[in-house]
Amino acid sequence: MNIHEYQAKAVLASYGVAVPQGKVAFTVEEAVEAAKALGGKGVVKAQIHAGGRGKAGGVKLAKSLEEVEQHARALLGKTLVTHQTGPEGKVVKRLLIEQLTNIQKEYYIGLVVDRNTGRVVMMASGEGGMEIEEVAARTPEKIFRATIDPAVGLMPYQARQLAYSIGIPSELVKKAVSFMTALYNCFVDKDCSIAEINPLVVTAEGDVMALDAKLNFDDNALYRHPEILELRDLDEEDPKEIEASKYGLNYIALDGNIGCMVNGAGLAMATMDTIKYYGGEPANFLDVGGGASEEKVTEAFKIILSDPKVKGILVNIFGGIMKCDVIASGVVAAARQVGLDKPLVVRLEGTNVELGKKILNESGLNIVAADSLADAAQRIVGLV
Amino acid sequence: MSILINKDTRVITQGITGSAGRFHTQQAVEYGTKVVGGTSPGKGGTKVDGIPVFNTVAEAVKETGANVSVIYIPAAGAADAIMEAVDAELDLVICITEGIPVLDMVKVKRFMEGRHTRLIGPNCPGVITPGECKIGIMPGYIHTPGKVGVVSRSGTLTYEAVYQLTNLGLGQSTAVGIGGDPVKGTEFIDVLEMFNEDPDTEAVIMIGEIGGTAEEQAAEWIRDHMTKPVVGFVAGATAPPGRRMGHAGAIISGGSGTAASKIAKMEACGIRVAPTPSEMGSTLYKVLEERGLLERCRTK
Repeated sequence: MNIHEYQAKAVLASYGVAVPQGKVAFTVEEAVEAAKALGGKGVVKAQIHAGGRGKAGGVKLAKSLEEVEQHARALLGKTLVTHQTGPEGKVVKRLLIEQLTNIQKEYYIGLVVDRNTGRVVMMASGEGGMEIEEVAARTPEKIFRATIDPAVGLMPYQARQLAYSIGIPSELVKKAVSFMTALYNCFVDKDCSIAEINPLVVTAEGDVMALDAKLNFDDNALYRHPEILELRDLDEEDPKEIEASKYGLNYIALDGNIGCMVNGAGLAMATMDTIKYYGGEPANFLDVGGGASEEKVTEAFKIILSDPKVKGILVNIFGGIMKCDVIASGVVAAARQVGLDKPLVVRLEGTNVELGKKILNESGLNIVAADSLADAAQRIVGLV
Repeated sequence: MSILINKDTRVITQGITGSAGRFHTQQAVEYGTKVVGGTSPGKGGTKVDGIPVFNTVAEAVKETGANVSVIYIPAAGAADAIMEAVDAELDLVICITEGIPVLDMVKVKRFMEGRHTRLIGPNCPGVITPGECKIGIMPGYIHTPGKVGVVSRSGTLTYEAVYQLTNLGLGQSTAVGIGGDPVKGTEFIDVLEMFNEDPDTEAVIMIGEIGGTAEEQAAEWIRDHMTKPVVGFVAGATAPPGRRMGHAGAIISGGSGTAASKIAKMEACGIRVAPTPSEMGSTLYKVLEERGLLERCRTK
């Protein structure tokens, strides 16, 4: 799960990570009020769940209350298109009004879980403000890493090594170490999957602080962080994906016209790949998961049909933990409830397959049965 | 022969009184797996479908002589369950549970360092040696005993590959689902190493997906060490970047971990890659034919 920059900064600040003073604003009036508390000036930052806001014109400096008002008015309601939003962009509904900072130099600090070592790794670079992937591709020697032992956490010597390596001024290394330690503690405590401070800045006043902050959280751990779940902004998500998440379904909206319902993430991806291979375009990724109930399958089917782009549906089930008869009953129930008027191709294999096929055959619904994934994909591509 | 499990494997089910644990234990017993016990704290001393239940793994091991456990415990308690099994010094722990927080798995891996137990999973379908032992949630009937090893990050794609092989008359030595999580107990290379050393495995199908670099690393290992033919498939060619495709580990981030880059690396290392998931079996069939191995692999 993603949260906004202003929320991330509040979470980080609660662990002692230094951040600039600032306040969220939902209206122009709130923006002006917030700027008054900062001495009548500040930075007006659009809050959307995507990077590249600066380049897209979503971050403005304001030297007076009039300028704050001007920028806030221009940004609120504006659709911001960055390299991460896709061409449709995202509408700005919240602003962060933040104190102006006397930046001396910018750095990068990030935390991720490294698959190779199975440990949390802190990455640091003196190339602040740039995308870390770009730095990694062009000048990998400028990225420094510390692999953290979960039994002891980030040790001060590791933080010191990183701080010296990226060129933090000697007299500020102590502050940088505190910063990194607090960041790591937050990462582990809140079950983050990514934490990125880009840039981390050193100011003329001798502060080390997070000028920007991005926190992503492990969806699998949200059950133990209700306070983080409260920060979820539904405006940033596809309504179909929100509906799907209510039922514990893995659904991702795509641009094509063939709706897919599959069990298992790998098979769901492979089904999309096969549709494309035979000249079709998948409308979604949907993994109904392991122990799906009939109700869950029915809801999944309804979500697929709620997408106006969908011209046909492919159901591909290889039952293991998921039983074919449950899928069949769910499909039949959903088709009856919503009135199916689009071609439906179903391929069933695995646990209780005969029972599943029987339920489909006896339903009286117009369902095309397929023998294999390739057969199913070719049939649905031919029908839409 | 086979790898990891065989007809002598003695299994306990952790979470045997839950609905998934109970259902799949029954299925395993029907298949012929020697399930000698189960655990469920507070229900020790009772029986489930004739199988004795214990309060702790240590007690179950002591009483039954089990050497392998399978875990069907919900995600919030699964890391604890793995560590309990590791502490009881089982040879192998297979964790089926999906949705374990990744930082829990970071702790589990640290806990396992220097200890005897191998972990398969989590978030995996399990392991099956056809005709001998089935541990996990895969449907047993699609498998046939034989000479092809299967290793995969995806459960249902493993079934897909196995079913195709069976229909082509190619049996399987062992099929291993290593799971879709980013931090897991066993990687492709571990399983490839075992298949390479197993005298009764003649060829391998390796099924990967987007995210991480495990396929690329495995491809290099195959190029340098593998003496048996390997056929590959990578799911997720049409997946958009930055989105987690169901599996916690299936995400293209910062332009790395794409299907295209994995397939290119695998092909460069001499692995034949199936163009669609429907052709995993037939691609291997062709490779075996070309190398004159087909007759040795055909199910008699």
